[in-house]
Amino acid sequence: MDNLVIAGKTYTSRLLVGTGKYKDFNETRAAVETSGAEIITVAIRRTNIGQNANEPNLLEVLPPSQYTLLPNTAGCYTLDDAVRTLRLARELLDGHSLVKLEVLGDPKTLYPNMVETLKAAEILIKEDFQVMVYTSDDPIIAKQLEDMGCVAVMPLASLIGSGMGILNPWNLQIIIDNAKIPVLVDAGVGTASDATIAMELGCDGVLMNTAIAAAQNPILMASAMRKAVEAGREAYLAGRMAKKLYSASPSSPTEGIIAQTEKITKRSASNKPR
Amino acid sequence: MIQLTINGQPQQFESPINVMQLVDHLALHNKRIAIERNGEIIPRSQFSEQLLVHGDQLEVVVAVGGG
Repeated sequence: MDNLVIAGKTYTSRLLVGTGKYKDFNETRAAVETSGAEIITVAIRRTNIGQNANEPNLLEVLPPSQYTLLPNTAGCYTLDDAVRTLRLARELLDGHSLVKLEVLGDPKTLYPNMVETLKAAEILIKEDFQVMVYTSDDPIIAKQLEDMGCVAVMPLASLIGSGMGILNPWNLQIIIDNAKIPVLVDAGVGTASDATIAMELGCDGVLMNTAIAAAQNPILMASAMRKAVEAGREAYLAGRMAKKLYSASPSSPTEGIIAQTEKITKRSASNKPR
Repeated sequence: MIQLTINGQPQQFESPINVMQLVDHLALHNKRIAIERNGEIIPRSQFSEQLLVHGDQLEVVVAVGGG
C-alpha cells in the first residue's frame, strides 16, 4: 500500500483539509467527508464568554475519535503566541502532540516569518510536540527545520488564501529532493490541477482550505481535490514519459497500413526519422 | 472582591474562587475547553485545586474551524 506516514502514523489519504470559511458546520462536515481527508486542521480561539453557551462545537461535528486533528497557530505573529496556542491545544485535545506551526510575518500577505518559526519549532520540539511546519519555499530553511526534528515540512505553493497555484515548482522540487521527512504543499492551491501538479512533483501530500471552502460548490470541489491528489500521486509513482518537442513515433503501428496512393507513401517515406 | 481578566474582559467576583467554580460560573462545564493563567496552562485535573487570585489573566479557548 502507498501510504502517507507522518511521525510514525499511517494515513491512506494524502489530502489534508482545513475547516475554516465554511457557511456552517453541516457544510464543513460534508466537505471534509467528501474530501476523504483523515487529518484536518483546527484553530484555537477564545471562547465567547457569556454568549452562545449552547452553540454547537466543532469537535462534536468532527470528533477526534474519527479524525486526526491538527491544531494550528494561524494568526500568530510571534513565537510566544504560537507556542502558547499549541500548549493550549495539547491540553484541549488531551495530550495530542501533532501540531501545525505557522508564525506569520505580515497581515497583508500572510507570508511566514521564518526567523520566529525556527525559534518556535525548537521550543516545541523540546516540549515533545510533533511539529508539522508551514514554511517559505526556501530549500535551506526547509532542511534546517527537518534537521531540528520537525516531522513534516509544508512549503507554500503561493500565498495563503490566494489560489494562485504552484508558482515556484523548482524550489518545491529541490525541497522534495533534499527531504527525508514528508513534504506537503500548504497554501496557494486554487483548483484541482494545482493539487495534481504538486503531487506530480513528488510532494507527499497537500493541505488546503480556501480552495474547497471558497469554491462555488465546496462539496463538489472537495470531491475534485480528492481525485486530483490521487491522480497526481499515481502519475508521480507511474513516472511520466520524457518531454520532447516532437518524436515522429506514432502510437499506432507503422507497418501494415493499407495500400496508399503513391504521392502520400513517398511523402511519409521522406519523413521517416533518420 | 477580586478582579480577573478573562479573555481580555475584566470581571469581578465577591470572593476568591477556584478554576472549577469559574468554569461553572461561565457555563462552560460541558464544553471542551483549555485554560491558561498568566501564560501557564492549568491542567483540567487541577481545576478544583487551583485558586484564582486578584489580577489573574485567564485565556479560555476552544477549537474552531481554521486552515
